[in-house]
Amino acid sequence: MTRTRDTLPGTVTPTGGIGEGRPRTPASTRREGSRREGGEGGSRGSDPGPALRSSAFSFWYGKNQALHGIDLEVAKRRVTALIGPSGCGKSTFLRSINRMNDLIPETRHEGDITLDGESLYTGDRDVVELRKRVGMVFQKSNPFPKSIYDNVAYGPKVNRLATSRSDMDALVERSLRQAALWDEVKDRLDRSALGLSGGQQQRLCIARALAVSPEVILMDEPASALDPIATQKIEELIYELKEDYTILIVTHNMQQAARVSDFTAFFYMGKLIEVGRTEDIFTNPREEQTEAYITGRFG
Amino acid sequence: MTVASSRSAPSRSRRKLVNVVMLTLTGVSAFLVVIPLLLIFYHLLSAGAGALNLDFFTQLPAPVGETGGGMANAILGTFLLVFYAGVMGIPIGVGAGVYLAEASRSPMANTVRFVADVMNGIPSIVTGIFVWAWVVLAMGRFSLLAGSIALAVMLIPMVTRTTEEIVRLVPKELKEGGVALGLTRWRTTLGIVLPAARSGILTGILVALARIAGETAPLLFTAFGNPFWETRLNEPISALPLLIYQYAISPYDDWHRQAWAASLVLIGLVLMVSLAARFLIKNPYRQG
Repeated sequence: MTRTRDTLPGTVTPTGGIGEGRPRTPASTRREGSRREGGEGGSRGSDPGPALRSSAFSFWYGKNQALHGIDLEVAKRRVTALIGPSGCGKSTFLRSINRMNDLIPETRHEGDITLDGESLYTGDRDVVELRKRVGMVFQKSNPFPKSIYDNVAYGPKVNRLATSRSDMDALVERSLRQAALWDEVKDRLDRSALGLSGGQQQRLCIARALAVSPEVILMDEPASALDPIATQKIEELIYELKEDYTILIVTHNMQQAARVSDFTAFFYMGKLIEVGRTEDIFTNPREEQTEAYITGRFG
Repeated sequence: MTVASSRSAPSRSRRKLVNVVMLTLTGVSAFLVVIPLLLIFYHLLSAGAGALNLDFFTQLPAPVGETGGGMANAILGTFLLVFYAGVMGIPIGVGAGVYLAEASRSPMANTVRFVADVMNGIPSIVTGIFVWAWVVLAMGRFSLLAGSIALAVMLIPMVTRTTEEIVRLVPKELKEGGVALGLTRWRTTLGIVLPAARSGILTGILVALARIAGETAPLLFTAFGNPFWETRLNEPISALPLLIYQYAISPYDDWHRQAWAASLVLIGLVLMVSLAARFLIKNPYRQG
């Protein structure tokens, strides 16, 4: 639909799948997309293929176009970092995946994003169901004004994921353990979550997201408000979680992107400039803008 | 730079002078705010405290010509009127407030918000006449129900607007956190947004209840007043503001003293509710 927008003269051609070594035109991406379903994975043969695929996805806030025909595949059970200067559309893209942008009036989109091959945006898509499969962690930790236990248990309770008190106890403990928070809070589960430190609150929010058993976890600058030690804990956690979850992380911190992610996508002015293996993007970027951003010459 | 530094000496002293003047003006204004309350209290205590005794809280009003008696039925009546007004008005007000906060930009919300503001400005005597025409005439009698409805009509727009303001103050990150977990919108509102706003909403309700507890005009042609014990919804009922009005315009000195005493009791009740509201204002994000 918006195909022509991508290839304006002078703009950099967005590349298609993750892990591809050569630049492609968006048009060829779409045709080749289905062929790559099985996951031909460049050097790493064990790539499980894409969990999410965005095809020519464009997004508008009112008349202001925030995303221009994004073609991107997100590898399953890998960490993909979205980087780029403020206002480049990376958060908008992230929030398009669990359709958080639906909450903002007067927005619209073109193109589509699929999760395991199913469109996120067709008319009969159940948004509530989608958000159970795609969890989200926010920039500012946002624990509910409830106890630590209830913060984790609220999602499963509403979604009826645990049938008995003991089931729920086990689920809460497992989620808190997964989020590397259990040992710090096990003796005060009934205390307000608002008494936790910023880093603990953020891990609680991760535990809360994990408790409803998502497949994908979206993280919008999850460590930007945390000190280096808390940041390190979050990063270690991300590294552990990618065993089981597909993770997308928006970050302004280049080192963080380099440390935690397997793939990196560089956004600029609402366009996807370049995507590839993180080591390739950081050591050998194809596009000049990517290199300029990574080396700190702008953004 | 040179221009600025050459001007700095006089302008600094001038700035300081302006600062002192403005600080004094605002300080005096702040002090003037407190004066009426202090004067009211002083006057009520000196004029009304003498008439306060146990009888005042336990006895019915004495018949004309007899001294003594109390206002127990009016105190009960005020409680009942406020209670039934709250039962009718609070759920509607809170519900409407949540709607206005959630659907804030819809044409419906804009209309309702405007109407609520207009209703907040309607003189209470007009509300009283309206309820008289629609309820008292229809029922064929003055009643506790009619008085409560009149007070509820005043209560609803107040609660609506304060609830809306408080719910708007809940950080949008909290709401997004709920929605991102796969909660439906009403679940998020009911389970996360409202609890976060709870103490603020309660405070708003208490302040509104304190205001309607002292209203006289809407009760004149609705609750009407009653010299006897009464709790039935379809019977006229006494209320403190009504008795104050009735006793204050009477020619008897004893009644005047009792009117002062009743004023003292009424303002004491309102003050207690305000203090309770004050106590409830605590940060829901407090630690622990």
